[in-house]
Amino acid sequence: MNIHEYQAKEILNRFGVPTPRAEVASTPSEAKQIASQIGGRVVVKAQVHAGGRGKVGGVRLVDSPEEAKKVSAELIGTRLITKQTGATGVPVDKVMIAETLDIKDELYLSIVIDGDLGAPVVMASTEGGMEIEEVAEATPEKIFRIAGDPLIGLTGYHARDIAMALGVPKQSLKSTIKLVSDLYRVFIENDCSLVEINPLVITEDDQVIALDAKINLEDDALFRHPNLAKMRDHNQQDPLEQRADEADLAYVKLDGGRVGCMVNGAGLAMATMDITKSAGADPANFLDIGGSADQKRIEEAFKIIVDDEDVEIILVNLFAGIARSDVVAQGIVAAAKETKTTVPMVVAMRGTNAEEGLEILSNSGLDITGAPDLAGAAVVLQQKLLELGGSD
Amino acid sequence: MAILVGENTRLLVQGLGRDGSFQASRTRRYGTNMVAAVHPGRDNLKFEDEVPYFSTVAKAVEQTGANTGVIFVPAPFAMDAIIEQVDAGIELVVCITEGVPVLDMVKVMAYIKDKPTRLIGSNCPGVLSPASKAKVGIVPGNIVRPGNVGVVSRSGTLTYEAIAQLVQHDMGQSTCVGIGGDPVHGTTFTDVLELFQSDDETEAIVLIGEIGGIREQLAAEYIKDHVTKPVVAAIAGSSAPPGKRMGHAGAIITGKAALASEKNKALEAAGVHVVDSPALIGAKMQEVLH
Repeated sequence: MNIHEYQAKEILNRFGVPTPRAEVASTPSEAKQIASQIGGRVVVKAQVHAGGRGKVGGVRLVDSPEEAKKVSAELIGTRLITKQTGATGVPVDKVMIAETLDIKDELYLSIVIDGDLGAPVVMASTEGGMEIEEVAEATPEKIFRIAGDPLIGLTGYHARDIAMALGVPKQSLKSTIKLVSDLYRVFIENDCSLVEINPLVITEDDQVIALDAKINLEDDALFRHPNLAKMRDHNQQDPLEQRADEADLAYVKLDGGRVGCMVNGAGLAMATMDITKSAGADPANFLDIGGSADQKRIEEAFKIIVDDEDVEIILVNLFAGIARSDVVAQGIVAAAKETKTTVPMVVAMRGTNAEEGLEILSNSGLDITGAPDLAGAAVVLQQKLLELGGSD
Repeated sequence: MAILVGENTRLLVQGLGRDGSFQASRTRRYGTNMVAAVHPGRDNLKFEDEVPYFSTVAKAVEQTGANTGVIFVPAPFAMDAIIEQVDAGIELVVCITEGVPVLDMVKVMAYIKDKPTRLIGSNCPGVLSPASKAKVGIVPGNIVRPGNVGVVSRSGTLTYEAIAQLVQHDMGQSTCVGIGGDPVHGTTFTDVLELFQSDDETEAIVLIGEIGGIREQLAAEYIKDHVTKPVVAAIAGSSAPPGKRMGHAGAIITGKAALASEKNKALEAAGVHVVDSPALIGAKMQEVLH
């Protein structure tokens, strides 16, 4: 789960990680008030779940409270389109007003899980302020990595090694070591999937401060962090993804596709997207209805696909293990009748109760073409796409 | 001989809620020797009037000699169940449960590192060997057929897809192993490849990977140096956009190595028969073997 920068900052502060003085504002007059409290030059930062906001005017330096109000008015209520968002962008509902610092050096620090290593890994680099992917590509030797022990954690000497790799001045060493240790605790104790400080700055007076903060929380662990779960901002999500979330469906809206995909199992869902592409069209979504989906969830899954304006044809690919094909078929028929959809469907159904499922569909009067398997589905889909005409 | 499971499998099922009970019942009907059921508060009762219930794994192992365990408990309790089975001396633990927190799996992997237990999963369909009627997990028994192709996969339903394609092309399976879609998981591709390579019953191997991580590249390295049997591979997710989570937490594209194209390249360089489309696994294997 993504959270906003101001929420990440709250978490960091709770664990003793220093950040610039800052407050979040929902209105331009709040922004003005905060700017005057902080005093001097401040930065106005749009709070959105997308990187690259600085390049599209989402981060602005202002010299007076009045200007903070004006810039906030320009941002709040608009949508920000960055390279990480779709063409419609994400809404700016809040801005964060933060003090500016006299910066001597910009560094990089992050923690992620390395699945292949089976441990949290701290990554540090002297190349702060740049995208770490670019650093990894161009100068991989400038990224220092150290894994925390799964049972012991990050030891003191690990934190010291990281601080030394960051090349901080002697007078900032102690506070950097503390910051690294505290950041590791942030990662572990909140079940994060990513904590990224870019840049971590050394100020002219040798303080070490997390200037920007990005935290992703692991969805599967939110059950033990009810307070963090409340930080979810539905407005930042695609409306269809938001509905899927509420129905506990794994769904990702994909830009520009016209084939709605409804599949059980993540791997098969990806394979179904792949064969859609090989049939000459782009998938409109990833959707895994899960193993033990009941009829209500199936209905909602189908409605989400139908409500996607990009969808011109639906590909259902079911290989039922735990799931039951007849239940899925009943869900599809019920949802199709309710939405009165006329979108054609290509259906491959195998596994548990597949014959019953196919019978329910063929007796439903809906526009359904059967397919024997994955390869067959690709062939049938290609034919149907030709009949529909047009191309991506 | 199958790998991992077989005629000597004495199965313990932990977590007999709705899904666990349904699967345990199908496992028994398939012919697998289920000797114990572990579920809190059902001591002195019997699953399907035949298999004794226990409230602890240790007691179940002591009284039934269970050597293989399968876990269906809800995600918040999965770490505990795995450790309980490891501590009770179960040789093979298969964790079907989906949605186990990553940091729990990190701890589990560190805990079992020097223990004799082998873990498969979490978030996996488990293991099935058709010839010995040993089903430990949720792979449907009615789609498999005894034969000589070993199947190893990160995905559940895509495993079924591969099996169906093999059967369609008249090829059976020696053992099917789903290693799971989570970023941190027990048994890896490399482990299973090693077992298939030394298994007399296995003549060829199907490997199904996914975007994310570098496990497929590690498998490719292992194949190049150690596997002489033909391998057909498919990587799901070539059409997935970077950075988006596609259901499996392990499938986030985090770097270039995680891309399907990079994995295909590594496997091809190791002499693996890589198919462009996951729909062509069966046809390719037939071509390779005949």
